[in-house]
Amino acid sequence: MTVFAFYLFALSTIAGGLFTVIARNPVHSVLWLILAFLSSAGLFVLLGAEFVAMLLIIVYVGAVAVLFLFVVMMLDVDFAELKAEMAKYMPLALLIGVILLMQFAMAVGAWETSAAAEGLRAQVTPTDVQNTHALGVILYDQYFLLFQLAGLILLVAMVGAIVLTLRHRTDVKRQDVLAQMYRDPATAMELRDVKPGQGL
Amino acid sequence: MIQADLTIIIPEIVIAVYAMVALVGAVYTGKDELAGVLTWVTAGLFVLTGFWIGTSGEGTNLAFGGMFVDDGFARFAKVLLLLSAAAVLMMSQGYMAARGILRFEYPLLIALAVVGMMMMVSAGDLMSLYMGLELQSLALYVVASIRRDSVKSTEAGLKYFVLGALSSGLLLYGASLTYGYAGTTLFAGIIQATGDEVSLGLLFGLVFMACGFAFKVSAVPFHMWTPDVYEGSPTPVTAFFATAPKVAAMALFARLLHDAFGSVVSDWQQILAFLSFLSMFLGAIGAIGQKNFKRLMAYSSIAHMGYALMGLASGTVFGVQAMLIYMAIYVTMNVGTFAFILSMEKDGQPVVSIDSLHLYSRREPGRALAMLILLFSLAGVPPLVGFFGKLYVLRAAVEGDLVWLAVAGVIASVIGAFYYLRIVYYMYFGEERDDQLDKGGSPVLYGFLMVSAAAMLIGVVNLFGIEAVAEAAAATLVN
Repeated sequence: MTVFAFYLFALSTIAGGLFTVIARNPVHSVLWLILAFLSSAGLFVLLGAEFVAMLLIIVYVGAVAVLFLFVVMMLDVDFAELKAEMAKYMPLALLIGVILLMQFAMAVGAWETSAAAEGLRAQVTPTDVQNTHALGVILYDQYFLLFQLAGLILLVAMVGAIVLTLRHRTDVKRQDVLAQMYRDPATAMELRDVKPGQGL
Repeated sequence: MIQADLTIIIPEIVIAVYAMVALVGAVYTGKDELAGVLTWVTAGLFVLTGFWIGTSGEGTNLAFGGMFVDDGFARFAKVLLLLSAAAVLMMSQGYMAARGILRFEYPLLIALAVVGMMMMVSAGDLMSLYMGLELQSLALYVVASIRRDSVKSTEAGLKYFVLGALSSGLLLYGASLTYGYAGTTLFAGIIQATGDEVSLGLLFGLVFMACGFAFKVSAVPFHMWTPDVYEGSPTPVTAFFATAPKVAAMALFARLLHDAFGSVVSDWQQILAFLSFLSMFLGAIGAIGQKNFKRLMAYSSIAHMGYALMGLASGTVFGVQAMLIYMAIYVTMNVGTFAFILSMEKDGQPVVSIDSLHLYSRREPGRALAMLILLFSLAGVPPLVGFFGKLYVLRAAVEGDLVWLAVAGVIASVIGAFYYLRIVYYMYFGEERDDQLDKGGSPVLYGFLMVSAAAMLIGVVNLFGIEAVAEAAAATLVN
């Protein structure tokens, strides 16, 4: 049963990846990408890493892929032109891909792990500790440095996005919260007695 | 335990915290008006941290279970990259302010990139290697396109980003294969799992990771991005690309090869010799047709990386020492050369064509002479310091039984001398032209140019004692 599930998920991951690249419609590409994410989440479940699987669905399908969809729909990109450009380099790319694939095929047969690898591998979590708990322990303790570095990387990404896209336009009226709060009826309103038929 | 770990990474923490505090401070106060001050403060902080690391560090300290290694090798690389980053920041302030592209985020992004580089040279684990590399790269992609209204600058940033992402993918794939083989991501664990025979899985991992690094140091055949990115980025950013990140990537490459793959030297030796051979020749030949000084420096840096890789390819302690000395000399020469390029102006507009240098010596004899010394040194003409750098790596190659590579290096250096000497020819014996450069220029740039040129002359005496330091640093890496 698990073998069947593995091949099912593995095949649909590969198919999803393939159609992401070759689909004509960019929106379909993103949908195929979502399929690839979902089936790799399935693979994670088979490995017993259900927390990572859920993360993959929530973060990648729920946020990243939806963002992709928005980008694809909102940006005016001429995909036909891009495709034509791609076709020009296709033969060379295919050649490199095929050579790489053949090398990997050769490697798969001779693949082995080091004799010492079993001992060096991180300890398997005891059965009474949940995945999420075990991840938390490792992430905030052993990999504390990496966790903080990841935070710095995200900070750089945010600063970079602001530096490259935010423009301070002078011709736009901005909301000034303090000014709004300090307004009082005495300065904000003026009572006038308008005479009939005359106006102000 | 965490306290002991944190004590070891204090220099990194100081710079990271400074960058974050300054970022928030600048956003809530002066914004871009503070950019000039922040640039100088950041440069000052780099210099102070560099001196601090250089004088206070002792022995080999491991932090976070071996993920962070603070040893003589890391300290040498950190001092070098901190000082060069400081020099480039000081040089860039005037240029960028005059062009209206000095944003307050610029020095802070550089500071965060430097934190990434310091993590890189201290990495003792495949994961901290990758984290440091990404922190550095991401900040560099942004500063490459910081002149966001220019198509060329944006293109440079985008090109760098896409190809950088591809190379990160290669690197990660190699790392996962290595992990699959060794069962651990720690360098110390990988070397323990390897033994003397290299298995196919590990070899695949090694090759993929070498490809990723070859991209980061712009070694042929992964160099295609270099000329375009160097040309498109604002010149101060180009100067930065050509110095500190190269040191960091080269040091990380050396650490990975010796700490993680130190028992299978003969397997990576041929890869490195191949990269080095191609880089030296392509750098030398590709630059011949270039009229743009920045593109020319891009090819020059490709060739120089070829020589540095030659030192690494020998696989010995002396080879690592030669590589460190070569990088130190290379960075000094590049700081001087870029100080000159930054000061090339005509009617207040930057000029990068080498045609504008015709008969430059008649108008600015001092600068022309300094440039002559630097160019001779870049070409490796004895008795200048650049020659000793080349001599070191050639000796390392001969000692590592790579005589053919050393011979190829000499030939490539003769070919490469042509384009450096052509600039000298233009400056001294060129033809009369009317598109002449402005006289004078920023005193900061003048200072850097002169100091760098003087170092090329005075350093001949004892290379400022860098040999002994580099030897001690190399000895802590290779064992």
